[in-house]
Amino acid sequence: MTDAPMFEMRGIAKAFPGVQALSDVSFAARSGEVHALVGENGAGKSTLMRILSGVYKPDAGGMTLDGRPFAPSHPLEARSAGIAVIWQEFSLLPDRTVAENLHLGREPVRGWRLDRRAMREGARAALAVFGEGHGIAPELPVRDLSVAQQQMVEIARALAYGARVLVMDEPTAALDEAECERLFTVVDGLRARGTAVVYITHRMGEIARLATRVTVLKDGRVSAALSHVPPAGEVIAAMVGRDLGQFFPPPAAPGEIGPPVLSVRHAGNAQLRGISFDLRAGEITGFAGIQGAGRTALAMALFGVDPFTVGEVTLSGVFARFASPREAVRAGLVLLPGHRKAQGLMLMQSVRDNGLVSPRAFAPLAGNPSRPPAVDTTGIEELFRALDLRAGDLDAPVRTLSGGNQQKVIVARWLAMTPRVLVFVEPTRGIDVNAKASIYTIMRDLARRGSAVMVVSSDLPEVMGVSDRILVMREGRLVGETARGASEAEVMALATGHAEEVAV
Amino acid sequence: MTSLPSPRRRLRIGPGTILLAALAVYVIAILWSGNTQFLRPGNILGMLTRAVALGITAVGQTIVILCASIDLSVAALISASAVLASVVMGGSTTMIVPAILAVLLLGMVVGLVNGLVITRLRVNPLIATLGMAMVIQGILSAVVSNFAGEVPRSFRSFDSGTVLGLPVSLIFLGLVAAGASAILNWTRFGSNIYAVGGNIDAARLAGIRTDRVIIAAHLLCSLCASVTGLYLAARLGSGAPWIGRDGMYDLESIAVAVIGGTVLAGGRGGIWGTMAGVAIFAMIDSLFNVLGVDAFAKQVLRGGIIVAAVAAYAIGSRRLVA
Repeated sequence: MTDAPMFEMRGIAKAFPGVQALSDVSFAARSGEVHALVGENGAGKSTLMRILSGVYKPDAGGMTLDGRPFAPSHPLEARSAGIAVIWQEFSLLPDRTVAENLHLGREPVRGWRLDRRAMREGARAALAVFGEGHGIAPELPVRDLSVAQQQMVEIARALAYGARVLVMDEPTAALDEAECERLFTVVDGLRARGTAVVYITHRMGEIARLATRVTVLKDGRVSAALSHVPPAGEVIAAMVGRDLGQFFPPPAAPGEIGPPVLSVRHAGNAQLRGISFDLRAGEITGFAGIQGAGRTALAMALFGVDPFTVGEVTLSGVFARFASPREAVRAGLVLLPGHRKAQGLMLMQSVRDNGLVSPRAFAPLAGNPSRPPAVDTTGIEELFRALDLRAGDLDAPVRTLSGGNQQKVIVARWLAMTPRVLVFVEPTRGIDVNAKASIYTIMRDLARRGSAVMVVSSDLPEVMGVSDRILVMREGRLVGETARGASEAEVMALATGHAEEVAV
Repeated sequence: MTSLPSPRRRLRIGPGTILLAALAVYVIAILWSGNTQFLRPGNILGMLTRAVALGITAVGQTIVILCASIDLSVAALISASAVLASVVMGGSTTMIVPAILAVLLLGMVVGLVNGLVITRLRVNPLIATLGMAMVIQGILSAVVSNFAGEVPRSFRSFDSGTVLGLPVSLIFLGLVAAGASAILNWTRFGSNIYAVGGNIDAARLAGIRTDRVIIAAHLLCSLCASVTGLYLAARLGSGAPWIGRDGMYDLESIAVAVIGGTVLAGGRGGIWGTMAGVAIFAMIDSLFNVLGVDAFAKQVLRGGIIVAAVAAYAIGSRRLVA
């Protein structure tokens, strides 16, 4: 590691219509260091990285690369100068092979023909940075790779294009524990090669594991720039201006938990086996497990999307093995999908229409003719208010809302159906810390008013913080249960199959 | 009438803007050419009446496009319906009702098959309805080769009759459009159409039976097309196996829906925009007759307007984002 920074940004400011995205931000990274960039969504991390990579021009401030002034006017210019960004949405072509993707735009040719052999060799060489056993064959279409492997192809491509500064935008968001560990090894390797890594993340554990320096952005300004890695609490305090204790609402008091509402006995389908558990009124039940353990499959089975094929499910004593979401909603079980934009919202339609989708879909066909079901909007507006939805204009497209407010629109949609069981899948994926806290408060309020709440999340601290009881899944089965207050290690041991070492 | 399920926006170039622009061009062109008699109410009504067939078809087409589907079988179904109507009627007044019932039944069967093939067999709607068009056209051409049958004089009043000085056919189009608009804006089914077109996965998870919505939309679309066939039989006095194809009702109904602001991706748009698109096409036709310009130039202008309208919408909505 040398002392001179590989790149340096000084006094960067950037405004968009109506919002000052960045003001007086300085940021730098040296060769062979991992600089963690953290902050809530909307704090300006992505804008800063878009300036570094030539997508935006700063309004004020300047940059240097290797000590020389650097002002890319186009992303290609930044790329050829050695700056690469791995965004969360990959830029790979899913139906082309790994080798083709790695040579995109500079395919080797022999005469007028593509030199397939050179492409394969080039791909092997590019993937060699990951050592042995990465399992990525150059001939495979990218679509057939796991998310983690696709990410490795992205990284390999960046390095093959000569990247010396590599920005990674929440690289572990879609990875399971084992894949994360593998990525950390890759990052270690990059450091050893002398690459300057900028690592954007929300996860404190990763900062401790990887980073050599930390910069915290808040509201477009640097709220902490540290040349060491502080305890997680300190980072979070710099991000939100408060500590973790207030983050999760208090658990249910013993008297608040009522009788079982939903009972599942020996249920299963292609992905699930021997599932038995109860959800109780007034209680938040969390489901933990590694990626692919069956948590989401379980939620989808309960909701009738991929129904159970065997077993018994009852809701308040009545048969509840639903064959479609419509049956589930009618019986009082609703689900907030994990992919808000893909599965939850009609993005181009208005906030109000998105809230009214289900109330309208379940309105009686022949109702009060002076109040046709599609036009009666009073109820949903009250619910929006009750949930403190921040939307300037209920007629604006729902895509203009922040992630937290979008989630509230879906909550309102379901509250209009007066559900008895609410299933939250990844309720806070991609939403900022303050909005997370308000979603947790909403979940607790719903439980307190007598609903049974089920939470499925791959964010372990979230499941542990918000739930009264945690059920752990592994390989399509329920493998254990822990009360609130169990340690993360205990839950992980169950989830990964090392439960034998932990006394339960 | 505000169209509730579509997002209302300020500063938007909507179908109304484009209709006004077209109207201004029309009036100026006619004044400039000195043929002011074409601005008389009678001529305007005549101009609009010539667009009734396209209008009825486009109402159905708009409904399927709103749920992110499409129907290329309307032209063939129009021909088949017109032939079926005139053959069954055979010039006899007593056969009018059976003929109408037979045509509507044909429309329902076609729509149902389209909907089932798209939802249950998961065939892309473009392919499913193209296949349906070829099947219908093939059978039709095998059975008849020219004008077949005849509609009785009384049935022809569907085209030529007037009520309170207004053409019956134009009133009928107005009722069809108003009915469709009421369904889209005021009913659960209408709301579900917008939801399915907006995001089919989200709609399913919101508790909507998306397959039924798509099937019902295709049923309505095919019914509209078969009614158009009835209307054309009334207008021409008989049905021939090429009238739908010659009228290019498949592509033109899609074109007017798109000019009217209905997005091919589904979920946004409405009937009144489509009606504006129909009016624009009617004005172009009339204008070219007045000015006596080559029919090929008309096609060029229509094509240009489709692209320009969609570009105007796209640029308008991008400006809002920035």
